[in-house]
Amino acid sequence: MGSAPTSAPHIQHHVAGDHHDEHHDEGNFLTKYVFSTDHKMIAKQFLISGIAWAFIGATLSTLFRIQLGWPDAQLTWLEPLLGRWVEGGKLNPEFYLALVTMHGTIMVFFVLTAGLSGTFSNFLIPLQIGARDMASGFMNMLSFWFFFLAGIVMFVSLFLETGPAAAGWTIYPPLSALPQAIPGSGAGQTLWLVSMALFIVSQLLGGVNYITTVINLRTAGMSMAKLPLTIWSFFLTAILGLLSFPVLFSAALLLIFDRSFGTSFFLSDIYIGGEALNHVGGSPILFQHLFWFLGHPEVYIVIMPAMGIVSEVMATNARKPIFGYRAMIGSLIGISLLSFVVWAHHMFVTGMNPFLGSVFMFLTLIIAVPSAVKTFNWLATLWRGNIRFTTAMMFAIGFVSLFVSGGLTGIILGNAALDIQMHNTYFVVAHFHLVMGSSAFFGMFAGVYHWFPKMFGRMMDEKLGYVHFWLTILAAYLVFLPMHYVGIAGFPRRYYAYTAYETFNQFADLNTFISIAAIFAFFAQFVFLFNFVYSIFRGRRATENPWNSNTLEWTTPVEPGHGNWPGAIPAVYRWPYDYSKPGAEQDFIPQHIPYSQTVSSNLPYEREME
Amino acid sequence: MHPSESLNNKQVALGIHPLRFLLWLMIISITMMFAAFTSAYIVRRGEGGWLEFDLPSGLLFNSAVIVLSSAAMQLAWFSARRDELRRVQWAMLATFALGVLFLIGQWQVWEELVQSKIFFGGADSNPAGSFVYVLTGVHGFHLITGLVFLLVVLLKSLRFQVHSRQMMAMTNGAIYWHFLGGLWLYLYLFLLLNH
Repeated sequence: MGSAPTSAPHIQHHVAGDHHDEHHDEGNFLTKYVFSTDHKMIAKQFLISGIAWAFIGATLSTLFRIQLGWPDAQLTWLEPLLGRWVEGGKLNPEFYLALVTMHGTIMVFFVLTAGLSGTFSNFLIPLQIGARDMASGFMNMLSFWFFFLAGIVMFVSLFLETGPAAAGWTIYPPLSALPQAIPGSGAGQTLWLVSMALFIVSQLLGGVNYITTVINLRTAGMSMAKLPLTIWSFFLTAILGLLSFPVLFSAALLLIFDRSFGTSFFLSDIYIGGEALNHVGGSPILFQHLFWFLGHPEVYIVIMPAMGIVSEVMATNARKPIFGYRAMIGSLIGISLLSFVVWAHHMFVTGMNPFLGSVFMFLTLIIAVPSAVKTFNWLATLWRGNIRFTTAMMFAIGFVSLFVSGGLTGIILGNAALDIQMHNTYFVVAHFHLVMGSSAFFGMFAGVYHWFPKMFGRMMDEKLGYVHFWLTILAAYLVFLPMHYVGIAGFPRRYYAYTAYETFNQFADLNTFISIAAIFAFFAQFVFLFNFVYSIFRGRRATENPWNSNTLEWTTPVEPGHGNWPGAIPAVYRWPYDYSKPGAEQDFIPQHIPYSQTVSSNLPYEREME
Repeated sequence: MHPSESLNNKQVALGIHPLRFLLWLMIISITMMFAAFTSAYIVRRGEGGWLEFDLPSGLLFNSAVIVLSSAAMQLAWFSARRDELRRVQWAMLATFALGVLFLIGQWQVWEELVQSKIFFGGADSNPAGSFVYVLTGVHGFHLITGLVFLLVVLLKSLRFQVHSRQMMAMTNGAIYWHFLGGLWLYLYLFLLLNH
């Protein structure tokens, strides 16, 4: 029933390889680089937009760190950049909140969701499962352009006269619903909601494609139990997105109605300047429930692709099979399931029934189990490995370090009793920036350094990569370790200036220190930017398989064309982690090598398959 | 080579066409959206301050219309399987017309609500009424996408491109249309039980 998959014609024309088809492969500039339906080009589009957004997001954080580090400084020198938002040498307090909001939104959604999943799911899923392209190249293209449109709308909102959205990336009503409360809740919030609606459409279009491709288009022999862990993590990430983003869409829609159509889903009995508003009977807590039902899976949408990338990079560069392959899959599934039943741990201080709080606390603490399984498996993979310290490997190890440091404080914050003390302090900020912010960034860097040769046909510079790694990990710890300390001391989040409070004045030096480290981290990223751009054009030429890796993408030509493999798609005979197998000629056996060619290294149960 | 190594007889996929699978995934995400709305409805209703009112009588008529529409769709599908192409065209036309009738009926329901002073927004509105507008409105939006889908299948059938050996679009259309009908019946039942 129905027609053959769209990939079928490519198989034929590559086999035939006549002149007309080769010409078709190149296409014109518009179809090759702009409205491309090729998954590799779409991945690069996501990567480069993600990098651009990361620099915008980091610039915003540098601005508010300047305010926090030097609250009494004259900021007139920022006027050329910020214009009216600097008044008499001081940053506008409401603009400070807008900066924080936009930093969070951009980093969580535009960089670590679209930039990370968009890049690596698109690039690696077809290449690693042995497919010509995604299930629907057209929908994949739409996914990028919806994301691009969302980005334009969000970018435009930065330049509004009333400022961009300023109610935090979690946009809690009533603050986000009432322009009388903060100017950013006017046009800025409207554009924010429009942008996020477009973004959700983009994520759903991308996500259904990833899932379908993994389920339907695997090459012969590629059973689910032979998939690289990258694919497992992208697959589960896409499922989380499919189930949780529609809920955010619902919440955003109801908020739009409250803001623009006078409904009262989230607003109730509000007086402004002695005047009662029309809204009666809404529930702001309801919004938080709907938001965090997306919001919590969202943090796993951010971290799970990084986990997959790290597993793959680590096994390849430790020259050892990943420790506990099935346990790794099991823990990913465990994390995915648990992610849907812990959302209310963000809401312990909303007056929640303490019994309900203890249920959510219990479920939250269970997440420590699969997380620890993963951590110990990574460490056991490193144990007595024949480690090659490539830049990607450094970032993968850095990921584990940051994930452990940030994860441990998660156990503290998951306790309702402790969270009530820590809530809204910098301790929370430090926790999530380590465990999902920096970690996910490290996973992304590991991925970029590792798959750069397959993306652009050239190598990135390893020495510059080392400089980038050491500066970044140093800065990450210098920023976020002291932040735990000021958080425990009670220093609150979202405060524009703390100098009015005697208690917090003693932390002025520490805040200056954190700001210096943050600005240092920002400038370290320019090493990466230079390395990335320079290597695209001038990097050392890559070989087909520069890391001696097992997965299928390394069997393609140096720069794979449309359709990925010039001839037939290779079949798969073994799992992707046959590194340093005793008796083998080399220390790696790619997935497409049959057991009949590796008689000397076959284990007893594999002899039947020779 | 050992027989287990010849991979021709291995079936790695689910045996579902990728387009069909994409459709199912989209249905899941639409379901999640309405799960969010209806659970928000229950939570919000539990907090009190809830205006109780009688559901407009038009909803029952509309439910009957959409069930008939689904039946016509099923008739079209069976006819396509049996290559009775004339009947496919008539049945598709009936499905489409009944779908439009349903939408007009939902519009009438909104007018009925306004006449009985149940407003979507503004000073006199209550979340109880607003939710009815949201549920019917968002469902109506998806129904319009369903009608576009039906139109595509209808045009194909008029060009005799839907028959027993070319059922992909027809079956996908039928799945989506039955889903939208089923979704409406769920919403109607939900509103009846939670009033």
